[in-house]
Parts: sequence; structure tokens; C-alpha cells
Amino acid sequence: MKVPAKLLATAAVSTLISSAAMAQSVEVLHWWTAGGEAAALNVLKEDLAGQGIGWEDMPVAGGGGEAAATTLKARVAAGNPPTAAQLLGMQVREWADEGALGDLTAVATEGHWADVVPSALQDFAVRDGKWNAVPVNIHRPNWLWINAAIFEENGLTPPTTWEEFNTVAQTLKDKGITPLAHGGQPWQDATIFDDVVLGIGGADFYRKAIIEADMDALGSDTMVQVFNQMRTVRGFVDDNFSGRDWNLATAMVLNGEAAMQLMGDWAKGEIVRADMTPGTDILCVTAPGTEGSYLFNTDFFAAFDVSDDNQAAQSALAASVMSPAFQEAFNLVKGSIPARTDVAPDNFDACGQKAMADIKEAEANGTLLGSLAHGHGQTSAVQRAIFDVVTEHFNSDMSAEDAVEELQIAVESAQL
Amino acid sequence: MARSASSARAALRNLLPRLVLSPSVALIAIFVYGFIAFTSYLSFSDSRMLPSYGWVGLSNYEKLFSLRTWDIALNNLAVFGILYIAICCVLGLMLAILLDQRIRAEGFIRTIYLYPMALSFIVTGVAWKWFLDPGIGLEAVMHDWGWTSFKFDWIKNRDMAIYTVVIAAVWQTSGFVMATFLAGLRGIDAEMLRAAEVDGASTFALYRRIVIPQLRPAFLSAFVVLAHMAIKSYDLVVALTNGGPGTATEVPATFMYSYTFTRNQMGIGAASAEIMLLTIAAVIVPYLWSELREKR
Repeated sequence: MKVPAKLLATAAVSTLISSAAMAQSVEVLHWWTAGGEAAALNVLKEDLAGQGIGWEDMPVAGGGGEAAATTLKARVAAGNPPTAAQLLGMQVREWADEGALGDLTAVATEGHWADVVPSALQDFAVRDGKWNAVPVNIHRPNWLWINAAIFEENGLTPPTTWEEFNTVAQTLKDKGITPLAHGGQPWQDATIFDDVVLGIGGADFYRKAIIEADMDALGSDTMVQVFNQMRTVRGFVDDNFSGRDWNLATAMVLNGEAAMQLMGDWAKGEIVRADMTPGTDILCVTAPGTEGSYLFNTDFFAAFDVSDDNQAAQSALAASVMSPAFQEAFNLVKGSIPARTDVAPDNFDACGQKAMADIKEAEANGTLLGSLAHGHGQTSAVQRAIFDVVTEHFNSDMSAEDAVEELQIAVESAQL
Repeated sequence: MARSASSARAALRNLLPRLVLSPSVALIAIFVYGFIAFTSYLSFSDSRMLPSYGWVGLSNYEKLFSLRTWDIALNNLAVFGILYIAICCVLGLMLAILLDQRIRAEGFIRTIYLYPMALSFIVTGVAWKWFLDPGIGLEAVMHDWGWTSFKFDWIKNRDMAIYTVVIAAVWQTSGFVMATFLAGLRGIDAEMLRAAEVDGASTFALYRRIVIPQLRPAFLSAFVVLAHMAIKSYDLVVALTNGGPGTATEVPATFMYSYTFTRNQMGIGAASAEIMLLTIAAVIVPYLWSELREKR
């Protein structure tokens, strides 16, 4: 009687295993835990559920995704990567270099992704001719948000160069209005730094200094000017800025406590929540001097190298993410614009429509550039080394010349 | 038969402690000492995002000590460590001596001083962050009450921010130090004190010559506990200032986390962890050595 019992048990176990393998599901690690973002992800979940694919949510809270990155490392090091993980551009590249990513080329070819995804994004999603990540959105960090009422009362027009910005800001300051709402956190300081480098140096200088980390460009007089402008900007920020979260800074603009903020288009979420209209109550203009250029910051779902029986679900996930319907639905909520250029702009607000028009122009002129502050300009090591210097300079009385020297040393030692 | 049973029982009795202890010994061997060894190896390797095993010798240590941020972190550790330990000891001792005056409701007061210790450093950090924030905390309240010239913006001031970490940490731990000293004070032979009083010693002389010298063991344990808390302090700094303004309150532990996990320079991060380990060892090993020697 013993043998049949054993057989039975084996049979039971094997059915269990096979049924587990039958039920396809994707496990997605992400840091979209805020209400609107989570709702946007539901679009994706339902789409996949329609195809009989389950969704194992693996949210790791923490806005910048630092905690998520740590979790991901642990999972991959343990040989148990998720089906897909939300990553920024440079992280996709770093994971691809580790050989941890899978291959989505088949789905990509079928969906003609190469024709609709801007080439600057493809530089991150494609490695050695293989698609290993799918872009979800395109954020633009180089926006200047303006409280329209304050500007109207004081007869000001939105600045288009850094010189104009300084004049406008000085006028506001003289009237006792905080010109610029800012939060003193390294990534926010770097967001301003991005805008100043691009605004003063132009697209070619940004590419040379930031993306190529060219030592001559980093040590140039233009860079000294950039740091001098950073010092001027520091003078337009209130005394209590240190450590403030970005959304609190946005709230200052919304409440009329401050006139402007340099921040990415995720600020729209705060504007809409305060029942104001982006483009009317709160103006969106490109950061001073950066008209014609487009800094971008894209969230990718990177496909990890999973076992063969999970690859079908992974491909289905990638195809769903890339579908125009999801791209539109998600980005309407997120404040960003779709990562494919063939989505109609009609449903987007004024700022989104401007972004969609600008990105086409920038793509054509080769001025679509990865943002340093948001993980598309440099590897983590160099990025953080630049953050150190920018933040140190912004928070101290370091001279621009010293800052430039520090910058060169920091970048050089981080590259080693 | 009976003899063999009793000898088996004796053998079991000998074996039992080892059996019971062995799982935890094995766990500690792997998860503490094993990972210390692993980290030591990583500090000599070319690890960046994930551990990798190419040997690079001392170059991670050379890079580490050429980094400005590491210099800042070490300086901050020195300032924080010295002030934290010194103020905690002095304050703890004073509180203990005052509590030792046979006052009413001693148990109640002692509990109040000890309570901060029950909080996590994260809670302490967030509470003090709000309290010290000039926009919403102490300074704002004073301004509301009409004292408009009042100014206390240390937490936003890069030269003073590290002292706010000291304040919060002292608030949290001085009660614990007080308890340690109070136990020491209660252990002092009352006969000896009475004898000194009979000889006409003033209260001050009594404490300086008789009581405080006898608190040496309490001092030592307080020092060792505080020193290692200072070196590994991470959560308090993260919650209170997050290393800011700028890099003004960076400490070795926050440095280690950022290099290992966010900057993908795991080799340098591991090297900084090793330096922290050695610093703690420099405090703990002599202490353990002297303790063990005394027992023998």
C-alpha cells in the first residue's frame, strides 16, 4: 500500500507545480505608491487581466526610488529578479551592463517601437541592438512654474533668459515676495543646476559638460558663470528652504507665498489637486534660456532575465505598456507625456500639449537631452559626485572658481 | 544499568547547553562574522553596483580618504561623538546625583527621564526636526508670542546643524546614562559615606573624593554604549537633517549607505564600513579585554 500512496503524493505535487506554471503572472517592482500613480497602474493591471495574466504588485515606497533600487539589488543578487522593475534611464543601462536584463526585441519589432519612441529614449532602452526595457512616460524637468496672479499684479512677464529671471526676481524680492520656491535637497538643487547649465551654456555645452563629462567643459568659464548664477538664484530663495520637500515648495507657489518654482511636470499633480489649472492659474514656461531644448526623464519598465515560462507574460506586459491607450491614460494622470510620439495631444492640458510639440522639435534638432538630476545624464557615481559639489556650493559661500575646481576633482574621482 | 543511565544523563547534561546554543552560534557565525568577512573582502574588490570579486588592493581606501565628503563625515563624527558622550555623561551624572537625594516621587521622575529611550531615533529625529524648524517650531512660536528678535535656526545653518544632532541625541540617551549612574550610586556602601560625614567632609568633597571615583565601572559601561551608538548613528541623522544642509551633517554611516547602495560604489562603501568597524573595535576591544582579565 505504501508505493501507491507515494505515487499519489508525487502526482499531487506535480499537478501543483504545473498549475502554478500555467497561471501566468507578472511581478512588477515600482515606487508608484501615490494615489494618482497607483490608479494609473490599475489601467495596466486590468489590461493584463483581460489577457489572463495576473499582476503581483511589489511597491517599494520612496519617491526617488532609492529604496526600490536597494530591494531590486537584493532580489537580483539572490537570483530571483522580478519580471519587470521601474528604473530610470541610467539604471537601465547599468543593469544591462551587469547582464541582468532580458530581451524584448521580438515584441518591439512586432509593435514597431523603433518608429514611435524618440531616439534619445532608445539610447537607454536598447543595448547592443536588443530592447531590454520599455519606456512608460516622458517627464520634463526644465519647467518654470509661475503664479499668474502675482506676475499680473506686478506687471511682470515670464523670463526667457537667466538675466531676465534675475531682473524679475529682484523686482519681486524688493516688493517682499519670495521670488523662487525651492527645497534644499540635493536632487532639487541639481534640478536648478540642470536648468542653469542648459540655459547659460546651451544644448551643446550641456551635452559636453554633463553627458560626456568633458574635463575642459567642466572647467570652462561658462561653468564659472553657471555657478555664479547658482549663487544669484540662492539669493532669491527664502531662508527656510533647507530640507523642504518639493511638493511643499510647489504649495508655496500655489498659495501665493512664492512666485516661481523650477520643477519637473510632476508638479502638475499638486496644481490639479489644489483645483487650479496648469497653463492658466499657474503658468508653465520652459526654464530660462532653455526654450528649444528638452531635458527628459523617463521611467522604464526594465525586463529582467526571467525563466522561459515567464517570458510570455513579460512580453505581454511590455506590449501593454507600449499600447497607445495605456500611454495616454497613464500619462494624463502622471503629468508627463507619452513615450511614443503618435499619441494625439487633444486630451492633455496646455502644458502637456506644449511639451508634446516641444519634444518633436527637440527630437528633430538633436536637443532632446537626458536630465542629470533625474538619472539620465550620468552614472549614479558621477551624478552623485556632481550633486555633492552643487549642493555644497549652493549651501555655502564657496566661490564659483572653487566650485568648478571641486567639480572636476569630484567627477574625475567618481569615474575611476 | 542504573549507572549507565545516569552517565548517559550526565553526558546529555553536558551536551545540552551546547545543543541549545549551537543554532545561535551558527547564526551569529554566518550573519555577523561571515558578513564582516564578506564586507572586508568587498572593500578590497572592484565591486560597484553588485558584489564583484576582482582584487584591487588598497585602492578603495585610497579613494575613500581622498574624498571630501568622507573628511566631512569624520569631522562630524568627532564633533558629534565627543560632545554627545561628554554631555550625556555630565548630564546623566547630575540627574542621577539629584535623584539620589531621597526626593519624593523619585520613581515617577526617573520614569519620565527614561522615557525618551523608549522611542526610536526616527521618532526623536522627526520630532526635533519640527521643533527646531524656524518656520514651524520654536522660533515661529516665540515670534507668535511677540519675541520677534528670537532666532534659533541652527538646523538650517550649515555650521551649527551638527549641534542639533547632538541636542536630539543627548535628549534621547541622557536618561539611560542617568539610570546607569543611579544604579552605581545605590551600590555605594552607606557606611563609607557616613564615616566620611563623621569626619566632616563637605557634600562636594564627598562626591568628588568618594562617590564619583567609585562610579568608574558605570562610567566605563556608559562610555562604551555611547561610543558605539555615536559611531553607528544613522537613523537620527537621516530623520533630523538627512545629512543636510548640503553635506553639513554627513556622518560615516550615512556615507556608507549612500556609497554602497545609491552611488553604486560598493567597494568604497565597504571600505568606509571597515573603518567604522575598526573604530568601534578600538573602543570595545580594550574594554572587553580589561573586563575579561579582571574576571580571571
